[in-house]
Amino acid sequence: MIKVVHYINQFFANIGGEEKADYPVELRKGEVVGPGMALMQAFGGEAEIIGTIVCGDSYFNENIEKTKNEILEMVKEMAPDVFIAGPAFNAGRYGVACGTLAAAVKEELEIPAVTGMYVENPGADMFKTKVYMISTKNSAAGMRDAVKKIAPLALKLAKGETIGASVQEGYMPNGVRVNFFEEKRGSKRAVEMLVKKLSGKPFETEFAMPDFDRVEPNPAVKDLANTKVALVTSGGIVPKGNPDHIESSSASHYGEYDIDGVFDLTSETYETAHGGYDPVYANDDSDRVLPVDVLRDMEKEGIIGKLHNKFYTTTGNGTAVASAKAFAAEFSQKLVEDGVGAVILTST
Amino acid sequence: MVKEIERAGIPVVHVCTVTPISMTVGANRIVPAVAIPHPLGNPALEAGEEKALRRKLVEKALGALTTEVDGQTIFE
Repeated sequence: MIKVVHYINQFFANIGGEEKADYPVELRKGEVVGPGMALMQAFGGEAEIIGTIVCGDSYFNENIEKTKNEILEMVKEMAPDVFIAGPAFNAGRYGVACGTLAAAVKEELEIPAVTGMYVENPGADMFKTKVYMISTKNSAAGMRDAVKKIAPLALKLAKGETIGASVQEGYMPNGVRVNFFEEKRGSKRAVEMLVKKLSGKPFETEFAMPDFDRVEPNPAVKDLANTKVALVTSGGIVPKGNPDHIESSSASHYGEYDIDGVFDLTSETYETAHGGYDPVYANDDSDRVLPVDVLRDMEKEGIIGKLHNKFYTTTGNGTAVASAKAFAAEFSQKLVEDGVGAVILTST
Repeated sequence: MVKEIERAGIPVVHVCTVTPISMTVGANRIVPAVAIPHPLGNPALEAGEEKALRRKLVEKALGALTTEVDGQTIFE
């Protein structure tokens, strides 16, 4: 029987949502929890989960090194044939945890590992070349589909079988190239691809260009005392009542709010619209996310020229990269037109 | 968002707790924050101390903005 150790977060362990995201790491020996049930079913008697490790998403991400080492010890002790983390779908902190752990188990313990998440999860770009990562849908509604790919790949890894190409197994391309004999010769494949492209049909390239979207840093601010500084946040700070109805997750728009004459954000005037992190602290004092109070002091003291009288905000929770890019492209032009010389962007 | 602001020509600093995400996203100036639900605060402190902590972080962020960088830099 193949032995499996499974890692999940506090949400999938049914401990709780955001209010329990600081749940410390816990080992449940011999227990199959949450998505582990579906995995067990998919193993079809070939493998069993001998232990489930549970950890809150915030706890993990705020103590990455320490928690990683604790979990590595647990996995080492149980000595499974394969380690499975997640799947994390589009939950960012969970994705980072799954990627960190799966990669560490593989590299440091030399135990095969697999995880799964949505392609836009930040954990994907961080770890997809380090460990097998099944490409999943962006929400837990895709659990069945994810398990259908994770379980067979885990079994293959545990048995030391040859792993097929990413398109066959369903993992994200990891940059590893393997030589093989193609049935059709190159010229024929190229012409077929070209014909498909010309007739507007979908085609699959055999050599995808890497997507390095990097922007060179701008020169430093020279004269802070004469610079207008603006605040931007993905932490969802909005005037109390969220007048523009910015969504708690997968935001479809951003907000622009006037802070002329505002010297302090209070629980009566501002709050967060952001789901996915415990809102208690931000609702109590939004300066903890958007430091208006401190910047007003520094404006008065002449350290900065001026705090821009508008701030821009959205919720980063599950918001598509393309949306965030479009929001920022738009408000950045406004910032330029308003003569803003520096931006502090805060994220939760 | 941080890249689009940079692309528009405005120097920008990303203050966030999970700095590896910021590195992946492509921020150039990064300042580590306190915790995910309160990046620039700490509810365990009393109000005055908390504001002093926030001031320190904002000063660090402004310090990052006034420092030339050659590629992605985390200002510990």
